Amino acid sequence: MEAGLTKGLVVTYLSLIVLIPLAAIAAKAFSDGPGHFWDAVSQPQSVAALKLTVICSLVVVLINAVMGTLIAWVLVRDEFPGKGIVNSVIDLPFALPTIVASLTLLTLYGNDSPIGIHAAYTKYAVIIALLFVTLPFVVRAVQPLLLSLDRDMESAAESLGAGKLRIFTRIIFPNLLPGIAAGVALAFARALGEFGALVLISGNVPYKTEAASVFIRGQIESDNVVGAAAVSVVLLVISMVMLAFVNLVQKWGLRHDR
Amino acid sequence: MTGNAGGRLSRYGLRFVALLYLAALLLAPIGVALVKTFDEGIGEVITQVTKPDAVHALKLSLITVIIAVPLNTIFGIAAAHVVVRTNFRFKWAVNALIDMPFAVSPVVIGLALILVYGTGGWFGADLASMGIQVIFSTPGIVMAVVFVSLPFVAREVIPVMQEIGTDQETAAETLGAGPWQTFRSITLPAIRWGVTYGIVLTTARALGEFGAVTVVSGNISGETQTLPLYVSKQFETFNSVGAYSASLILAILALGTLLTMNLLRRKED
Repeated sequence: MEAGLTKGLVVTYLSLIVLIPLAAIAAKAFSDGPGHFWDAVSQPQSVAALKLTVICSLVVVLINAVMGTLIAWVLVRDEFPGKGIVNSVIDLPFALPTIVASLTLLTLYGNDSPIGIHAAYTKYAVIIALLFVTLPFVVRAVQPLLLSLDRDMESAAESLGAGKLRIFTRIIFPNLLPGIAAGVALAFARALGEFGALVLISGNVPYKTEAASVFIRGQIESDNVVGAAAVSVVLLVISMVMLAFVNLVQKWGLRHDR
Repeated sequence: MTGNAGGRLSRYGLRFVALLYLAALLLAPIGVALVKTFDEGIGEVITQVTKPDAVHALKLSLITVIIAVPLNTIFGIAAAHVVVRTNFRFKWAVNALIDMPFAVSPVVIGLALILVYGTGGWFGADLASMGIQVIFSTPGIVMAVVFVSLPFVAREVIPVMQEIGTDQETAAETLGAGPWQTFRSITLPAIRWGVTYGIVLTTARALGEFGAVTVVSGNISGETQTLPLYVSKQFETFNSVGAYSASLILAILALGTLLTMNLLRRKED
């Protein structure tokens, strides 16, 4: 391919679709000056929405770090009938539209729940919905690392008298850490911005179950575009820090390999 | 595996916890929703999905996919080529921009597009004077979908291109092949599974996108309503059978995606 032309097309496409629109958000957020930006971000409803989003996302990635690693472990080290199907099902949250996820979770955990769990319109609903959409990240980041882990190290440690827990904390866990960290960062970025999975099940009650993305949508609809842009900028900055962290971890992981 | 009782117990324990978690989070909700969809019989489901607004929403979703997926496929391959095979000063910026859609909330993406292409936006007046309406119209929906699904092909192809190296491409060029011929007969066959996997992920995301499309489309029934928006509208207007029925269509399409993904993963191994 013609190198210069290809590069030009790629940069133009990225600028029109991604760069210019995101720049417009930043410009809008500060269009009435930094004081107004701060007012929009620090008003109680914005703070409540941002707080809810960050806290729920942190809870969700913690659960993901543990359960994702555990599921990856079972999929790699365990053998049982139907394992192939279980492995395929992990990708379901990436394939299923988020609004469908929201509707199905509402059916089981909503007010008409056939099992009597009424989580809808509470913080738990936000957490369940975020757990659903972020499930694959840690599993898929840890699985390849577990597969390529050298089993000889574990046997050596075992023959030297190390117990199962010690083998896990000293040998297995440090090797999986870059994968867990990368998966957690991607899941966190996704959880921060999630909208579709929340709309039906969270109830969107201001100060209680209104996530940042839902709050932004409300501000757009009530024509407070500057306020919407200001909170967007805060979300953007947190996500960008997370992505930078993924890059660092991956670079660190590569160095570690050599 | 050692056959001692403790080891077996912990193995069964972990397996049980993993499967229980997946059942509670994925399978049980989907199963219950599926049963609920057919509460009033299969006839009602068919009536619901053949309503004009539902059919229109499905059509709009498919049109969006048909435009957005090829655009992002071509972009993804070109971007991977630029990132892997060329060196220039602002390559880190291109790399970071490719990843951005994964870090931005869909609602923020929608707002960003309104601020540039909407009435009163940076390019809004100029586009309007040319008679082009982007926001509250199909082009805006397509742009939103292109934005959210932009990284998938590039992210799948980049590692493959890094792995195959440049030896074969250089050999072809030495033997007199032009850049296009080299790309078609050397590079493309090598990256084809990565490209296909990326296309599948792009399609799934494009079909299901909700947040960004909600903001830019205006959600007008029979006009700017994609199938996911139709689902939420039916739910809000208390037509839950309609919401479940339309969800069923989306779920069937997702199942197709999932099967293709697994088939491809096996091919890659």
